[in-house]
Amino acid sequence: MNADWTKGGEGIVYQSCAACGTVQYFRRSFCAACGAPDPAEKSASGAGTVYATSLVCRAATPETRAHVPYNILLVDTPEGFRMMAHGDHDLAIGDQVSATYQPFAGRLIPYFAKAK
Amino acid sequence: MSFITGVGLTSYGKHEGSSSLDLMSKAAEMAIADAGLKRSEIDGILCGYSTVSPHIMLATVFAEHFGIRPSYAHAVQVGGATGLAMTMLAHHLVDAGIVKHVLVVGGENRLTGQSRDASIQALAQVGHPDYEVTLGPTIPAYYGLVASRYMHEYGVTQQDLAEFAVLMRAHALTHPGAQFHEAITVADVMASKPVAMPLKLLDCCPVSDGGAAFVISRERTGSAGVKVRGAAQAHTHQHVTAAPALSELGAEISIAKAKAASGLTISDVRYAAVYDSFTITLAMLLEDLGLAKRGEAAAKVRAGYFGRDGEMPLNTHGGLLSYGHCGVGGAMAHLVETHLQMTGRAENRQVRDASIALLHGDGGVLSSHVSMFLERVR
Repeated sequence: MNADWTKGGEGIVYQSCAACGTVQYFRRSFCAACGAPDPAEKSASGAGTVYATSLVCRAATPETRAHVPYNILLVDTPEGFRMMAHGDHDLAIGDQVSATYQPFAGRLIPYFAKAK
Repeated sequence: MSFITGVGLTSYGKHEGSSSLDLMSKAAEMAIADAGLKRSEIDGILCGYSTVSPHIMLATVFAEHFGIRPSYAHAVQVGGATGLAMTMLAHHLVDAGIVKHVLVVGGENRLTGQSRDASIQALAQVGHPDYEVTLGPTIPAYYGLVASRYMHEYGVTQQDLAEFAVLMRAHALTHPGAQFHEAITVADVMASKPVAMPLKLLDCCPVSDGGAAFVISRERTGSAGVKVRGAAQAHTHQHVTAAPALSELGAEISIAKAKAASGLTISDVRYAAVYDSFTITLAMLLEDLGLAKRGEAAAKVRAGYFGRDGEMPLNTHGGLLSYGHCGVGGAMAHLVETHLQMTGRAENRQVRDASIALLHGDGGVLSSHVSMFLERVR
């Protein structure tokens, strides 16, 4: 099984449809573009480009408030999907980034920094 | 054909001790009286939802509480677009002859009924439970992401966004029912506490208590007629992670379909009522709808274009940003104000000409859109 951060592992998993080639990030038992069953699970490289950023300064739970401020990102991956993650505060839109994994509110989450 | 025959709106802010049903009832009573109808003449009810008092059958709970036995009733959930989505449905229900008078109602004690943290947390759940909510985003963060991208692509600045907060506050100052009564400046917005950058506290609508209601009827019930000319929706995604490119968002799709449904164009519009949960929401929607060119909405605000005396008066009650936001009722206040303007009853806020109005609602993170044209007929 591929390591998947949504299941506690250090990895980013996406799905690819054998029938139409569409790539999707949110896990389903079918391809949302063509409906074909059982899209293949693949591990992403962890590389990406920053699409959007928002530094969260007001959180709503005690667990997340302990981390304030934290930078939420949308990252476009070379594999062809967009994902939400955390990252360094100085990241700008268009920056090339790569993923590590950090603890946040009791879980492990993807955290992006500028690619070296 | 359908007419909006009555409107009702409470003040927004704190209604200590009032339940969601109390606020819905208060607004409903005003709307039915405004339409010149009796409760017994209401044969359809559409209502929104309450995050404070969730229920699987809110429409019948309300109908029983209010004392109506309708032949058609259910709740509708489209986030911030719920009010206009209900109005669109009511329009089709009366047009199809299913019912004669539909009561559309929303209300919630969102401010005093739960903590601010509880409200923020409840709303953040519009995010994906596995891929987004686990990262600790808030509604301002979802819109903060969109704002950062919009500013990047179209050269919009934080000062530009602040103009919308200042405009909505200026409008709210002329409405006694608004939640906020102190004038603000661009400098105040810039200096307000960071919430989810680039959005600061004054870029965000407040949490409020309040209620709003309308009656939509097959025939007009009084001399003034506010007719639904046409409406349309578009739903492109739910989660911001799955949103299409900025140039392909739902507002452009729904306005194109609403123009076709009504036979009207933007140049016909004399009054605008546009969803404004955040300053970025208003800036983007005005540009998506064609009420301003890309990146130019803020310049139009500075030039007075969207003011009460401007060419395109906008949200003259103060909008969500300054009249307040009580959930489903929040954006319903935009329609109440539009109705008052179209029927010449907006008192000190009255604009010269509101003969044709464009309303637009947004739910989720620019996920669900409803565009609607109203026309004053004599």
